[in-house]
Amino acid sequence: MSTAITPLTKKDFATDQEVRWCPGCGDYAILAAVQSVFPDLGIPKENFVVVSGIGCAARFPYYMNTYGFHTVHGRAPAVATGIKVANPELSVWIATGDGDALSIGGNHIIHLMRRNVDVKVLLFNNRIYGLTKGQYSPTSELGKRTKSTPFGSVDRPFNPMSVAIGSGATFVARSVDVYAAHLKEVLHRAAIHKGTAFTEIFQNCNIFNDGAWEPYREKELRDDNLLHLRHGEPLIFGKNKDKGIKMKGAFEPEVVTLGNGTTEKDLVVHDEKAPAAYAFMLAQMEAPAFPVPVGVYRNVDASVFDAAMRAQVADVTAKKGPGDLAALLSGGETWKV
Amino acid sequence: MSISSAVETLSKVVIRFAGDSGDGMQLTGTQFTATAASIGNDLATFPDYPAEIRAPAGTLPGVSGFQVNFSSEDIFTPGDAPDVLVAMNAAALKANLRDLRSGGILIVNTDAFKEIDLVKAGYAKNPLEDGSLAGYRLYQVEITRLTRAALKETGLPQRIQDRCKNFFALGMMYYLYHRPLEVSNRWIDQKFAKSPELAEANKLALKGGYAYCEAAEIFQVTYEVPPAHLPEGTYRNISGNQALALGFVAAAQKSGRPLFLGSYPITPASDILHELSQYKNFGIYTFQAEDEIAAIGAAIGAAFAGSIGLTTTSGPGMALKMEFIGLAIMVELPLVVVDIQRGGPSTGLPTKTEQADLLQALYGRPSEAPCIVLAARSASDCFAMAYEAVRLAIKHMTPVILLSDGYIANGAEPWRLPTVEDLAPIDVSFRTDKEGFLPYLRDKDTLARPWAIPGTPGLEHRIGGIEKADGTGNISYEPQNHENMVRLRAEKVARVAVDLPPAEAEGDDSGLLVLGWGSTYGAITGAVRRARAEGRRVAHLHLRHLNPMPMNLGDVLSRYERILIPEMNMGQLALLIRAKYLRDVVQLDKVQGQPFKEIEILTKIQELA
Repeated sequence: MSTAITPLTKKDFATDQEVRWCPGCGDYAILAAVQSVFPDLGIPKENFVVVSGIGCAARFPYYMNTYGFHTVHGRAPAVATGIKVANPELSVWIATGDGDALSIGGNHIIHLMRRNVDVKVLLFNNRIYGLTKGQYSPTSELGKRTKSTPFGSVDRPFNPMSVAIGSGATFVARSVDVYAAHLKEVLHRAAIHKGTAFTEIFQNCNIFNDGAWEPYREKELRDDNLLHLRHGEPLIFGKNKDKGIKMKGAFEPEVVTLGNGTTEKDLVVHDEKAPAAYAFMLAQMEAPAFPVPVGVYRNVDASVFDAAMRAQVADVTAKKGPGDLAALLSGGETWKV
Repeated sequence: MSISSAVETLSKVVIRFAGDSGDGMQLTGTQFTATAASIGNDLATFPDYPAEIRAPAGTLPGVSGFQVNFSSEDIFTPGDAPDVLVAMNAAALKANLRDLRSGGILIVNTDAFKEIDLVKAGYAKNPLEDGSLAGYRLYQVEITRLTRAALKETGLPQRIQDRCKNFFALGMMYYLYHRPLEVSNRWIDQKFAKSPELAEANKLALKGGYAYCEAAEIFQVTYEVPPAHLPEGTYRNISGNQALALGFVAAAQKSGRPLFLGSYPITPASDILHELSQYKNFGIYTFQAEDEIAAIGAAIGAAFAGSIGLTTTSGPGMALKMEFIGLAIMVELPLVVVDIQRGGPSTGLPTKTEQADLLQALYGRPSEAPCIVLAARSASDCFAMAYEAVRLAIKHMTPVILLSDGYIANGAEPWRLPTVEDLAPIDVSFRTDKEGFLPYLRDKDTLARPWAIPGTPGLEHRIGGIEKADGTGNISYEPQNHENMVRLRAEKVARVAVDLPPAEAEGDDSGLLVLGWGSTYGAITGAVRRARAEGRRVAHLHLRHLNPMPMNLGDVLSRYERILIPEMNMGQLALLIRAKYLRDVVQLDKVQGQPFKEIEILTKIQELA
């Protein structure tokens, strides 16, 4: 395989296909961010594979000039696992939505993360079913009124970060579609992680659920509502960087204002390597009581499934020698006629 | 060894070992089979065991059986009715006696006919005492007590001693049929290499059973079954699932590509997963997925990336995989899907056989979704069909469904080893040339699209389940394009027929044709031979390719006055033949979870020819 000689640019990753998301959809911003991160990863273009299931987000591969596979609803993690095991040189990415990943594909996404397959998951969370035109999703808030829930939904939503942390994901991050600089930084970190990298992206569906993430997308609002996680730094937020998160009890955070005797030293210091319970606590911090943490929640090392599987094959082959077909066929008790 | 009694030579004997599912009957049967194979008998086996891992001991649901037919002549089935029944307890007698031929040899372990055993088996009176067994040659042996006596010196706990009683019974059978003990002794040594005391105990029990018959002279007559005259070659005994696994390994080796198996445990297909998991040094990757759907999805992903994609399952799992099979048809990737059919619908009869997934394999998907469908006809044929499935999938860039069933999956027969050199080549050529590349550019003969795998510079492209324009593979919702693509996908599979051997019937070229597919092969072959020996005008044609069918099939069918189709379903092939060839057929349907007996088919033939 040759590596690219001329440096790749964002343009190299655009296809000639007309992008068919609704005008104003948050997916455009995510596409732009991914297309600008890929050239910087030092990976030959032919080694990228983008896999998807079904839904608006799942059209993503058609707009990326890489190898792409638009598969079956919810099942992208299965296909991605097969691809990655078959060729570990590939950089495999999944574009999925809240319905695709957490409803019909819930079983696959948790097992992908449990196994720690070296695949990057981009979860476009718009808290609604878009492609089927506006039913509530597993991340829609309780009481959500939609076409299928005219009197309000009665099921409690999933928190994608909690699901990922609970499934044992080794890299868990969150960002926002239109917050380009932040999203690119998170995607870059996801790309270089060894193992499953799960990134939830707040994505606006301006047709069926417009404004769902308004406090986190609007420039004038987001500083007060987002908590930027940076490894080794205290949890500080707010337009004036005057608020922070302090531990009141065991894994019981509270919002405090700096000053009047409260200093940065009293705040929780972010640790991506901390026990999962800490990351889970961050995931449970929800509006309006808390700012929403964005950035890398958790980033730890663990055995990587595809690498381990290939290592086992190599190991057995080294011990037993390459398979001898004739010997295998005549194995066991044989007799001659 | 001195044998004082008279010796008779027989051409064919059917023995059934029956006992509690904890009694080791499958093992006993397998050992008798291995020894018969080493002697050079032709043979066929039929393990029949309950779905429950350990049903309550001594009850009817817990009865496990293993039937072996061994012969000095060609045989095709495990035999209709046992000549010998070894019943290790009262329940085993009750469940199996109706099958024993009249006048057959019946060996019972009298130690398991106590009051409580009789109650558990549902006997009101002791059958050993009420004269109901008068029509059989009954041998009452205290197998449990005698085993304990043989193992007295070992000092092992009685519970462990009792677990050796199956080897005592096996030793008795070895005496009765003049079999050597070496093969089983060797196996015991290997199996219990880490616990020499258990190896010793089992060998003592085996020897004990043999010696008891010799010393007590319980059999007035003993029997020899000479070796069969099989075609020259090296043989081994093999079950269908083992043969499938070896066929896939062989195909991977000959194609030079790694094989990726995605599978989820399901009876009776799990043994293929177990078997292939052992062969990592052959470039075999086995992935036990979280469910049936993920299993096939991962196999398709691996196929996209250039491996041989394989998934194995049974009927309920097939149903779950169908959406992904549709995707594989749409994206035109090579894939092999193995369905080891069992009794259904739903959970049905997990450990019993049936061949009622034919229509599911052909038509069980949304929309027009044709793929290649093959069926293995015997345990050893599974090797050839696994190999054929991979060859066709790669050559034609399409999924292949390979049907087998519980009967041949677990049943075993002698298999003449192929030589590696004689296996047909499987050519894999990945597209690398950028010039003029289009993902759906087609081979002019097969209509197969190029296999362009990720990692190949300049061939970046997208595939997916949405309808696409031919050539470019770009999404297309054009009405006429969809019709063209539906017809193209159908034509692509239809053209596989060019690649197939013509259908050839064995026997007369007019009169009655017995048409079959899958595991009925043995019973039909045996029945047709017997009918022809009776002077009846009858032939046998067995289909291994169900979609497409051989090109000349219509011509062959038209030569016969009548067509009989025995099937372990309600007439699925019959439906297809009527629909495709406008020929009426006579159905012989059996759905009891049990394979056909030769006599059942012969009786029908006698009625028709």
